[in-house]
Amino acid sequence: MSAKGEILARVRGAVADITTPAGQRPAAAARDSGGQSDEGTLELFSERVADYRATVVRAAAGDVPATIADALAQLGCQSVVVPSGLDAAWTASLGDAVTVLPEAEATSHAQLDAVDAVVTAARVGIAVTGTIVLDHGPDQGRRELTLVPDTHVCVIGADQVVPDVPDAVARLRPAAGAAQPLTWISGPSATSDIELNRVEGVHGPRNLVVIITA
Amino acid sequence: MTQPLQQTSATFVGMPKFPEAARKELANAQQRKNLRHATHTIRTKRGNVVREVDEWEALRVAGAEAKDEALTHLGDYLEQLEASLTANGAVVHWARDAEEANRIVLDIVRSKEVDEVVKVKSMVTQEIELNEALEAAGINAWETDLAELIVQLGHDRPSHILVPAIHRNRSEIREIFLREMGQVGRPAPADLTDDPPRLAEAARLHLREKFLRAKVGISGANFAVADTGTLVVVESEGNGRMCLTLPETLISVVGIEKVLPTWEDLGTMLQLLPRSSTGERMNPYTTMWTGVHDGDGPQEVHVVLLDNGRSHVLADRLGRQALRCIRCSACLNVCPVYERTGGHAYGSVYPGPIGAVLNPQLRGTSSAIDKSLPYASSLCGACFDACPVRINIPELLVELRGKVVEEAGRTPESAAMKAAAWVLSDPRRLGAAQRAATTAGRLTGGKPLRSVPGLGAWSNARDVPSPPKESFRQWWARERGKGEGR
Repeated sequence: MSAKGEILARVRGAVADITTPAGQRPAAAARDSGGQSDEGTLELFSERVADYRATVVRAAAGDVPATIADALAQLGCQSVVVPSGLDAAWTASLGDAVTVLPEAEATSHAQLDAVDAVVTAARVGIAVTGTIVLDHGPDQGRRELTLVPDTHVCVIGADQVVPDVPDAVARLRPAAGAAQPLTWISGPSATSDIELNRVEGVHGPRNLVVIITA
Repeated sequence: MTQPLQQTSATFVGMPKFPEAARKELANAQQRKNLRHATHTIRTKRGNVVREVDEWEALRVAGAEAKDEALTHLGDYLEQLEASLTANGAVVHWARDAEEANRIVLDIVRSKEVDEVVKVKSMVTQEIELNEALEAAGINAWETDLAELIVQLGHDRPSHILVPAIHRNRSEIREIFLREMGQVGRPAPADLTDDPPRLAEAARLHLREKFLRAKVGISGANFAVADTGTLVVVESEGNGRMCLTLPETLISVVGIEKVLPTWEDLGTMLQLLPRSSTGERMNPYTTMWTGVHDGDGPQEVHVVLLDNGRSHVLADRLGRQALRCIRCSACLNVCPVYERTGGHAYGSVYPGPIGAVLNPQLRGTSSAIDKSLPYASSLCGACFDACPVRINIPELLVELRGKVVEEAGRTPESAAMKAAAWVLSDPRRLGAAQRAATTAGRLTGGKPLRSVPGLGAWSNARDVPSPPKESFRQWWARERGKGEGR
């Protein structure tokens, strides 16, 4: 018998005592978080993102380009990679102080390793946990863009922030036949492996700036 | 169809029984200090973030129900998972045991003509000793989690599921980095101090060149979602993202108990796991991938579904709940036994309370270590309270003790218990026994008895109280009775 056939026969034989069919478990109790984005949710989101020692900035839509430029300048970033579908206005004025590398031209890992920062949009924010979720659509770029450079500036719309984890999961179900990869980010990379001392910044970006905009 | 046991891996064959191994570990004062600090710190953090969630008990129930639904219909959900993965471009392999899984992985790695792979921290690849199998074939398997790197460079073994190098302190880590990094890649900076940020920086620099050039990545998975074919890896450092994103080929070894029925179950599990594990509201990074994503990440994705004793555990109606385990390690951090002995004494990659129930079920109870593991507990019940998927570990421990005793047949202890039952079931026999004991008590002069002939192992760890000069029944008869009860 094939390994597959044998393992399936083993697990089916092991639960021969079970008579209820699959998919009959009781429905989970309804939750009352409602999935609405309101000011309380946004406040909680900023507070919880900041808890991870990420930088959180609230900016009006028109101020996003200047806020991005400020964030990059403060961290001393001199080069930035930009996803192909990012709002062009956000990075249009960066050119003087910073070298802008379009995603399409970043073809090797080594090239990305030499870039200081990346600017992206996001797909969902989760207030309770202070998490941003990327689905790597055109305004967020391939996964490696937000992994190899040491600074990640992420712009998220207020209407993208949901109260809790199940609300986010409901929005993110992969489309059949067109599944996107997802990256959930809660603060900068961190380790507590040495005597449980928290150290921010191991392999992922050591600086995370989250800009919340209307 | 019978469900075969897991073969004990080479590392742990001939492990002494738990009390012997524990005695050696208890003598390591540095380790005991580190463990106490670690377990108490994580325990407090966990308590704080669990208290934030009003519906925590309802979440635990939902988590247990999601896993039970998957486990009790595992054949159906595994077939659904395979279909979803295949539809999204992944290649699915099935492995009956460790040897078969290692052979599958090795064949794929060899076909890529590489001499190294980068690895995400994974319990299951430790279980099957994949690194050893790869190294025997001349392929370097680089561990990339900081703690696993410390363990690997130190030629050591992990001692905790979550923080495997918790038995090492910063100066030991500095020495290991200075001595070993240069042997296998970029050396540690010569002026390296034992400051944790400097040590983390050294790991970042050492591993970066390996991440950037690696052609093959190897991972496990925290969850495998049947209805979408999505695999999930939960981590902190970003080494997982590196291994899951940068290589051209990704191989994930996934125990068959990792399957979740539906996408929505992630909403429950991603609340339970980080809070129970690291005591955070959410871990820094979680990667979810669904087969191959065009132009993003590995373009060849393999998934190896592994049994290796799991179906044997599943066949036990009570014991199958242990397969709900999501490897959060909350039970280790609250266990008074683990806190003192550490992980090495458990003779497995799965230590602590969950290891004490899982190993004897996966491997059977024929070896000295697996026979003794159900006794590596005071049955205080803290592990059950902490478990995010409500595994009743104390209940399982008692059940397994019964099994060990039954299999052992007649021992001095079982003979003593039988004799005690005979004496206690008849008042006249009890009275006679007590008179004999109080006579012995007067002879030993009230000193505790250090050992009792024939009960060496039992009385080694226990002082037998000296028999009293008078039993309660004798006292009652003397003071109140009129010759009754004699």
